[in-house]
Amino acid sequence: MDNLGLLADGLGAALTPENLMYAAIGVLLGTFVGVLPGIGPAMAVALLLPVTFGLEPTQAFIMFAGIYYGGMYGGSTTSILLNTPGESSSVMTAIEGNKMAKKGRAAQALATAAIGSFIAGTIGTLLVVFFAPILADVAVTIGAPSFFAIIVFAMVLVTSLLGDARLRGFISLFLGLTFGLVGMDLNTGQPRLTFGRPELGDRLDIVIVAVGIFALGEALWVAAHLRRKPLEIIPVGQPWMGKDDWGRSWKPWLRGTAIGFPFGAIPAGGAETPTFLSYILERKLARKKDEFGHGAIEGVAGPEAANNASAAGTFVPLLAMGIPVTATSAVMLAALTSYGIQPGPQLMTDQADLVWTLLASLLIGNALLLVLNLPLAPLWAKLLAIPRPYLYSGILFFASLGAYAASQRAFDIFLLLVFGMVGFMMRRFAFPVLPLIIGVILGPLMETRFREALAISGGDLSALWSENLAIVLYVLAALVIIVPMVTKRRRPASGDDVTGGPGGRSDDGSDAVDATDEEKELVQR
Amino acid sequence: MSTQTVDPAAPAATSQDRAQYGVAALLFAIGAYTLYDATTLTVGFADPVGPKMFPYAIGGAMVVLSLLLVVATARGDKPEAEGGEDVDLTHPADWLTVAKLIGVLLITIATVNWLSWAISGAFLFAGAAWSLGSRTLIRDILVGIVMSVGSWYGFYVGLGIPLTPGILDGIL
Repeated sequence: MDNLGLLADGLGAALTPENLMYAAIGVLLGTFVGVLPGIGPAMAVALLLPVTFGLEPTQAFIMFAGIYYGGMYGGSTTSILLNTPGESSSVMTAIEGNKMAKKGRAAQALATAAIGSFIAGTIGTLLVVFFAPILADVAVTIGAPSFFAIIVFAMVLVTSLLGDARLRGFISLFLGLTFGLVGMDLNTGQPRLTFGRPELGDRLDIVIVAVGIFALGEALWVAAHLRRKPLEIIPVGQPWMGKDDWGRSWKPWLRGTAIGFPFGAIPAGGAETPTFLSYILERKLARKKDEFGHGAIEGVAGPEAANNASAAGTFVPLLAMGIPVTATSAVMLAALTSYGIQPGPQLMTDQADLVWTLLASLLIGNALLLVLNLPLAPLWAKLLAIPRPYLYSGILFFASLGAYAASQRAFDIFLLLVFGMVGFMMRRFAFPVLPLIIGVILGPLMETRFREALAISGGDLSALWSENLAIVLYVLAALVIIVPMVTKRRRPASGDDVTGGPGGRSDDGSDAVDATDEEKELVQR
Repeated sequence: MSTQTVDPAAPAATSQDRAQYGVAALLFAIGAYTLYDATTLTVGFADPVGPKMFPYAIGGAMVVLSLLLVVATARGDKPEAEGGEDVDLTHPADWLTVAKLIGVLLITIATVNWLSWAISGAFLFAGAAWSLGSRTLIRDILVGIVMSVGSWYGFYVGLGIPLTPGILDGIL
């Protein structure tokens, strides 16, 4: 109950009229940017990061929480009304959501998505309140070898479970690790991979990397393949739900929350898997099974809740260990560090009031999202019709402004362009983005822990597996790599491992189906 | 279940995505340069690991992965390019538009400190809109000026961050 008291203090600190205004601005800006086609939550957060420069940490967090939830909700609005999800976590929402919209039930689809997101986000944030301090208490006691093992484990999970071919995942990861090397070596101060540029000495700014890869990469990619005929946009009225819709939605919301949160809390590769599992589960449990595939409200309610609960869950490893597991939380980490806050085991004790303010802000942002966005939905839908040259020019404009404003160096816009081209290449050759971002962020942290562990042992490599937790994690990481290889060999029909994109995707799908039964048992318990 | 829903890659297996060899070459170069760069570092005292080990491991892995990509490409691996709301993959890539955008960005980079964000930003917006097919030049420039001057004042007044005024020093 102590945690709730601290949360109440956090709410007290966050709930002033001025802060509520910042939260409202954040929600509106986040939704505005998130609704724009082609912009997912990670990109929305990265693009809007400069807006919070110069604010006090508390106000910046509150605005940030609004941007975060607004961006997430904006993304699902786009996928319901356009049937072309901006990011992988909205794929499942788009399936049933767009069918509902086509049947004239766009208002109900948006309503169940919004209310489901609110419920899942609120429950998820409350679960973070309970789990993050517990995990942080444990995390404080573990040594550098285990910490190193945790990072290795997180990287293996993110790279392997994300779908697509593993080779591409590992290429992305190591590309990210290479970018993470750029800059001054922490121990000796020697420049690495800086090409003699002093601007590169203090490491790459993760915001520039993220905005380059997400925003500029996307803009360049779209420019190369711009759709010549306009998309069909479904008009929408005021979101509302009938009694029947409520009856059919509330269980999927709760089940989606139960599935989504653990996937976010353990580093298991973002919201793609839990939204998929939630969709499968709702299809199995639905009373009107034949409605699935033709716009079943359960198929929107469940995955949307799972998506948001998983997003909330990512705050557990982020706050307690400083480990981001999704692209969005990676950008959040970058934002937190720009306020001099270094997430990690110490954070919960050293800067407890800031953490509780942040968590309280998440609750406030979530609530405001519901209040503001249900009435504003018809307005947001109009944004989908924005002329494409203006939309992508605007993205280029704000991406460059964000990169330039931080330290007013033209060189930073150049770096942005370089990472934009990397992002373009990754889209063309189907390299997943998340492992790269994780590599850039966790690479330096990993090296620090590695050198810490070996400094204690005097260079003896066996120090790396000197702790039991580390051994367990290495075994699990090895299993994650080996088991799919073995099962693939046992079932050669399920796809040749060099078929690339489509093959990798279908393998992931069948793995996930196998996991559904376990997941269902968990849910029933 | 989804195996059936995805098109079998069998007919495509005979052709190769040759551009992917280029990617492999680039990755190989990155890995090799990382390894070379690591050799220029010196290991300090009382530092059992030193700054070299991670670059060696990462660069080495990159080289191995680039070779694996060559093997996979030779065996018919084909990437599935990313779709999206505004992406139409049925047409070949429009390189001219991409080149124009990169050119606009490079000009912006070259001029921003001299001409100030207010001018270069407006150029960036209008130039990018023109590259992407907008043909209402006057309107694009006006929108660009409103956005860049607006963001300059937004940063200055709202956030207290003065962006370099450049040649407009004293005017803004």
